[in-house]
Amino acid sequence: MKPEDLNTPNQPTWCPGCGNFGTWAAFKKAAVRENWNNDNTALVADIGCHGHIINYIHISSVEGLHGRAVPMATGIKLANSRLNVFTFIGDGGCFGEGGNHFIHACRRNHDLTIILHDNAIYGLTAGQTSPLSPLNFKSKSTPQGNLDEPFNPLALAIASGATFAARAFSSDVGQLTDLIIKANKHTGLAFIDVLQPCITFHKEYTSQYLHENVYYLDESHDKTNKQIAFNKSLEWGLKQIPLGIFYQVETSIENKSLVETPIIKRDVSELFNY
Amino acid sequence: MSAQNIFTFKIGGQAGQGIKLAGLVLSKVATRSGYFTFDHTEYPSLIRGGHNMMQISVSDEEVTAPFKKTDFLIALNRETVDKYLNQLEAGAGILYDDKDSISNSGLKLFPIPLSKLAADLNGQEILKNTVAIGATLALAGGNLEILKTLIEEEFSGKSQLIGVNQQAAQAGYDYALEKYKNNLSRVLTPKEGLAKKIIINGNEAVAFGAIASNMQFSSIYPMSPISSVIQVLASHQEKFGYIYRQPEDEIAAINMAIGASFAGARSLTATSGGGFCLMTEGLGLSAMTETPLVVVEGMRSGPATGLPTWSEQGDLLFVLNAHQSDFPKIILAPGDAQETFYLTAKAFNLAAKYQLPVIILIDKNICESDQSFLPFDGNLEIEEGKLVKTKQENFERFALSADGVSPRTLPGLGNFLIANSDEHNTLGYSSDEVKDRQEQMQKRMSKMETIIKTEDIAPVLRGPKKADLTIVSWGSNKGVILQVIKQFDKVNFLQINWIHPFPSEQVKDILNNASHLLDIECNYSAQLAQLIRQRTGLEITDKLLKYDGRPFFVEEVIQKINSFLKK
Repeated sequence: MKPEDLNTPNQPTWCPGCGNFGTWAAFKKAAVRENWNNDNTALVADIGCHGHIINYIHISSVEGLHGRAVPMATGIKLANSRLNVFTFIGDGGCFGEGGNHFIHACRRNHDLTIILHDNAIYGLTAGQTSPLSPLNFKSKSTPQGNLDEPFNPLALAIASGATFAARAFSSDVGQLTDLIIKANKHTGLAFIDVLQPCITFHKEYTSQYLHENVYYLDESHDKTNKQIAFNKSLEWGLKQIPLGIFYQVETSIENKSLVETPIIKRDVSELFNY
Repeated sequence: MSAQNIFTFKIGGQAGQGIKLAGLVLSKVATRSGYFTFDHTEYPSLIRGGHNMMQISVSDEEVTAPFKKTDFLIALNRETVDKYLNQLEAGAGILYDDKDSISNSGLKLFPIPLSKLAADLNGQEILKNTVAIGATLALAGGNLEILKTLIEEEFSGKSQLIGVNQQAAQAGYDYALEKYKNNLSRVLTPKEGLAKKIIINGNEAVAFGAIASNMQFSSIYPMSPISSVIQVLASHQEKFGYIYRQPEDEIAAINMAIGASFAGARSLTATSGGGFCLMTEGLGLSAMTETPLVVVEGMRSGPATGLPTWSEQGDLLFVLNAHQSDFPKIILAPGDAQETFYLTAKAFNLAAKYQLPVIILIDKNICESDQSFLPFDGNLEIEEGKLVKTKQENFERFALSADGVSPRTLPGLGNFLIANSDEHNTLGYSSDEVKDRQEQMQKRMSKMETIIKTEDIAPVLRGPKKADLTIVSWGSNKGVILQVIKQFDKVNFLQINWIHPFPSEQVKDILNNASHLLDIECNYSAQLAQLIRQRTGLEITDKLLKYDGRPFFVEEVIQKINSFLKK
């Protein structure tokens, strides 16, 4: 099986050069390598340009409401733990409308993989500042410059209780493929912040900017130490955008598949109070 | 007043004094002694201090509503005495702490050293409620052994409390029996040969109905008055193999439930009006992706925070119109705990059959009123609708069909499906083509016609067929209206429990044949009457409306009917 075999009859409608292509390619490569298919996997998409991804991968999926992909994914995993559950979500959905869901999912450490399509802008609504847009950033909603500091998604994930936190760059499909596989193998909440350019609306975090400023964490980074991981997550700047696994600790989660366990005939008569 | 012999106890005290527990124990003593009971609770939104009250009506025939009259007041503090003394009619009894002095010659006074008897046992005021119930039992001719057994059951997890509570009950009982031996009644004297009854409130009925209907997943954020649904569901999850998960908010609650349902679990969420506001967008998601979902809405007085611990029926039109665009849904409004049990169970079947959201609309008076019933049928039929559990080539999740319902499958079975919140084609792929939009809208909306043809949505007309007055109502008013019409030969009652789809033809028929109509509702704007007018063109001009958070009491409905019949 080849990654192209997972294509559907639909052609992606993303802008040429959009970072979504890299994530799409990486996910299909990972799926082929790991044999994720309609027997064992469910995808969840949020709303935004990235959300169209469900139309381009031949694996069962649900597309929810803007900002609500994470609780949907949580419900799926709780109902059928046998499924590999992947959530694709943008920075607007994840940290604007869905911010509360994100921190609580991290806290509860559900066994999910959340892939953040992080272009630091609202793309599908044609270019407004997002909760991850930098200070002073000019967009249609902040023509005088963004007054607010952005969230730091990795710091927030680690602080909130996620047990796997990583960052990738959508142009490095090889590393992203590898991280998606590792995130899925991880037991507990795995979060991958995928930096990607929005070539149409974000003129600061361009492909060139990201290429020039990212670097890879090496063996010397102790990813099992929460404090070190948190400090590392604060790093951001020229030549100072780390990629790789920031934090990963082993956890155990009791998983059971509700929907694949036969329901024993229930008689509630014994529950009645006399 | 009534041919039916109904005796009403009222127990009151401070929040934290165990009013609810004492009242429920007293009800159970009554049902275990063969009687029917109906309980009504009133309490503020706080945990300590403030006034709590529970009213327990006891009869050897079915009793379904709260009364204004009180035959016997149990006052655990002075405030209770002051609050209700003027409402007691001559001949009523009052049991109170003998520290408090009452001078009222018209009442039967039963001062009891509640604090002292409690203090003698372990120095704790908290036992006052048990002492009072023990004393009440003595005065009412009840059986102390039944009470002692109940104490054992209620405190089964805290065995150190059993003995001391039983002693407290005994102390109150002995004191009252000795002191008032010449003034005892037989209100709670056990009756032989009467059928065994259960005691259940609407929240328990929701939980038990859901469990009986094979619910597998529930995510509910706490909110009065549905919070105790959570407690019941959470307690029994291991035994029955379902999950209750507490979400971060109501939006997460409904989206988690939809996610779980997409994966194949029969899913429930519950809330009150405020939480339902937050859930609204999720209803459309359930309908658009054709994912079954059951939502319970327990109404309280609003808007905003409103009267959190009081009741209202003010969300009918909101729940009915809670949507952008148009989508199919079912709204059922049970009238008591028994109907809530069966309709909640049915809601899961309907959601599965028609692949849409089903809303159970109840109110605080149903959620939290304990009532006795003959035991319900705990073995119910489970329907899964057009669920395909085998692998099929080229599965078409949103295939067009005459009844509007497409075959459904689940992720992980080998079939490919997309549950797409975007408009989609028959395969689930996003589409904004005119043809797909029209076909899918028509397919989804045609479910409503299918439901009308398939389900028995007719309202129930109770009482005599021919009547001088027909009362039209819904929800928890059922109890009070049933209680009241027993006393009239020529008054009947149309109860509407299918709100959507609405039984327009049947309602029109009945209303056209009625001599005089009276709409009774617990809201400001007569929302059911508005709906009836919208669906039938008929206007009900006479209304009895109440929006002060309190239920209708038997006396006020009787007064209203009498004023009509005199005209």
